[in-house]
Amino acid sequence: MQPATTQRKLIWWGINILVLLYAFVPVFWLLSLSLKDAATLNDGKYFPTSPTGDSYKAIFKNDDFVHSLINSIGICLISTLVAIVVGTMAAYAIARLQFPGKAAILAMALLVSMFPQIALVTPLFKIETAIHLFDTWPGLIIPYITFALPLAIYTLSAFFREIPWDLEKAAKMDGATPYQAFRQVITPLAMPGVFTTAILVFIACWNDFLFALSLTSTSRARTVPAAMSYFTGATTFEKPTGPIAAAAIVITIPIVLFVLVFQRRIVAGLTSGAVKG
Amino acid sequence: MTAMPTPAAAESADVRIEDEHIEIARKRFNEAKRAERNLGWMLVAPAVVIMLAVTAYPVLYAIWLSLNKADLRRPNDNHFIWFSNYITVLSSPIWWTAFGVTTLITVVSAALELALGMILAIIMHRTLVGRGLVRTSALVPYAIVTVVAAFSWRFAWTQDLGWLSHGDSAPLTQFWPSIGIIILAEVWKTVPFMALLLMAGLALVPEDLLKAASMDGATAWKRFWMVTVPLIKPAILVALLFRTLDAFRVFDNIFILTSGANHTSSVSMVTYSNLIRGLNLGIGSAMSVLIFITTGIIAFAFIKLFGAAAPGADAGGRR
Repeated sequence: MQPATTQRKLIWWGINILVLLYAFVPVFWLLSLSLKDAATLNDGKYFPTSPTGDSYKAIFKNDDFVHSLINSIGICLISTLVAIVVGTMAAYAIARLQFPGKAAILAMALLVSMFPQIALVTPLFKIETAIHLFDTWPGLIIPYITFALPLAIYTLSAFFREIPWDLEKAAKMDGATPYQAFRQVITPLAMPGVFTTAILVFIACWNDFLFALSLTSTSRARTVPAAMSYFTGATTFEKPTGPIAAAAIVITIPIVLFVLVFQRRIVAGLTSGAVKG
Repeated sequence: MTAMPTPAAAESADVRIEDEHIEIARKRFNEAKRAERNLGWMLVAPAVVIMLAVTAYPVLYAIWLSLNKADLRRPNDNHFIWFSNYITVLSSPIWWTAFGVTTLITVVSAALELALGMILAIIMHRTLVGRGLVRTSALVPYAIVTVVAAFSWRFAWTQDLGWLSHGDSAPLTQFWPSIGIIILAEVWKTVPFMALLLMAGLALVPEDLLKAASMDGATAWKRFWMVTVPLIKPAILVALLFRTLDAFRVFDNIFILTSGANHTSSVSMVTYSNLIRGLNLGIGSAMSVLIFITTGIIAFAFIKLFGAAAPGADAGGRR
């Protein structure tokens, strides 16, 4: 590699700025829409001329939105928790134990991850209506867990393969009980991988639209992405731009914070399943 | 034993003892193995049961429904009708238009994503300054909810409202501009994921090899095509396979951007419309099964034709 001259650095800064523009222009456009007041909403300008928080006040007074936000947070947290517990058990077995049927389980996880979700919507709609799970939290949590499991199993087993498991044996030789060895040696090594996987699973659940749209009918279980598409304005055909933009920003903020704080881990998590192993 | 044992007898006794030891060791080994096997099965059981219950059973149920007349508006008229639903779907221009639109969107966006993803991967891999900043911001489109991004693009092109709309044009009410915007929304959202998978591949290309090629007089362009691309071919194929299957299920962007107006529905959109608006479970299930089969064919073609890593070979990352 040639030494980094000032000129080369400047060129790279130029390229970096292009990447930043690519990533943030659509996001800031929504932010600016959410801050525009009624008078300047339709001026077609990228930046708001007289910013106001009215749209945010409006959506937090709207019961449907507040319910959907609670639904989103609750449903995604529970799905993530269950998927991580079940996924960790399976990934530990796949990474550490020898048993027949391992390849079949990995193949099944891969098949599920490639599965066209729409092919499940019709039968799940019928089944959930029959057993009264339609439009309930579990009605969404169950499919979310299912589609999160392949992601969790692949990512976690890639992380678990990297753990130096001999340390556990060494701790036991030094007089630690099996529980101590697990709790004080293995758990701290495994936590970063588990945590990263939890973020990826949460993002995947947070992003879902198809199930939220098809398997709910009221604000009992409808999540924010689905609720946003049902926001109505003065007439049925007019979409209330300001509130939609504000709701979009509200559900974007936690995700962007995750990304900013855990960038390195997310990158490691997204690439681990694909390359190592 | 009273008398001094003959050497031969001593030997055979030793062998017997040794045999016993081996026997015990083997037994212990087998027991440990069985315990490990049982523990393994116990640990994977919940995951397997959930995945089977939520996918395999509904798929079988969908196949059964697709062979029945199952219209929720006429619940008393349900009966077995063999392949009539498939004939209805496969002779319907709506299905084939949607199939064409989906294929077009899938092929164009996968190709664009591969090219742009490669560029972004090289930028993230090579940049001399602000590497953390670039990687962090490149993750933003990946992390943003698809519906949110779709609304951003929709508002950007709404007449009067949007910063990208000019004068009287309303691109989201015409077929080709709509398709273009749908592809743009898909590509914007998934280039970072593609780039991350490719970047992981780039990290495995030995720097020495590139240096050697450079000394032999290969230009940067040649080094890329002759050294880098062949080495990261597995990463490219895995990324392409996942993205192709993902793009084929396109739904969120179309639902928000056009609601399927002006023949811009994808196969997922028409299936959804049949279920929720038409309440026709038989037709909807037939479409579901057809999408399922198509996905299978795409995956099979990738694995057979291009030698992408087979399922179970630990090749796949996420969906």
